[in-house]
Amino acid sequence: MNEGEIQAFVDITVNYFNQIGGEAARVEPPYMRKEGDSPIHDYTGVIGISGSRKGAIYFTATSQLLANVLTAHGESQVTEPMLADMVGEIANTISGNARFYFGHEFMISVPVVLLGRPSDIRLPDKIRSFVIPISWQGQKAHLLVCLEN
Amino acid sequence: MKLLIVDDSSVVRRAIQRHLETGRVTEVLEARNGLEAVSMFTMHRPDIVTMDITMPEMDGIRAVEELVKIRPDVRILIVSAMADKHTAIQAVRKGAKGFLLKPFNPTELNEAIEEILTDGH
Repeated sequence: MNEGEIQAFVDITVNYFNQIGGEAARVEPPYMRKEGDSPIHDYTGVIGISGSRKGAIYFTATSQLLANVLTAHGESQVTEPMLADMVGEIANTISGNARFYFGHEFMISVPVVLLGRPSDIRLPDKIRSFVIPISWQGQKAHLLVCLEN
Repeated sequence: MKLLIVDDSSVVRRAIQRHLETGRVTEVLEARNGLEAVSMFTMHRPDIVTMDITMPEMDGIRAVEELVKIRPDVRILIVSAMADKHTAIQAVRKGAKGFLLKPFNPTELNEAIEEILTDGH
């Protein structure tokens, strides 16, 4: 992945939270993931990428960040299935929006949702992965982007 | 007027229903994928459909094709995160009447639905 492609994911993420309204998301400088050192929060949405590029995109967030997103969407009560649904939907939206930059052959899967905190997220060994740290309403989330060149 | 909301996310289905302002919609139906949408459409004959694209079982583009076979003048608004022109053009070629990009805000949703309802009459 090149700098422009990483910036595209930063812009998409910032835009996502801007559309929700309220406080703007703060995105810290992206960095390259080291094996065994993946940031993982309470819920993780995983999108498989195929077609013109191959790899995966993970959006991982705290329960509270997802609850805040649901509240911003007008939900008055928040349940665990709703948190899982939300993390998958955010992963799907960010990945789908990336087709603006990568084109229609950037194929995205339906989201798979991981609950809890596995010790590490498995990503293809030979592909460099980038981590984009996000803060919103005092809560943490990370976007992991792993795409073959 | 009946509205069918098709999306695999229950959060999105509820958000669309909650944000809807048009007084013309009196009944809201929901489907979680394209297959359910075809079944619901056949049973209930809604007047307008909002359709996600990336869904399990049957995706939204395929579902549009199926709904158009059942009723060629069906009013379908695609509500999807797919931000490339090719997908929007493909959806319209298959018979969708509009395209709303996720994430959307309530104003954008209501404008898109109103436009489709107005175009139909």
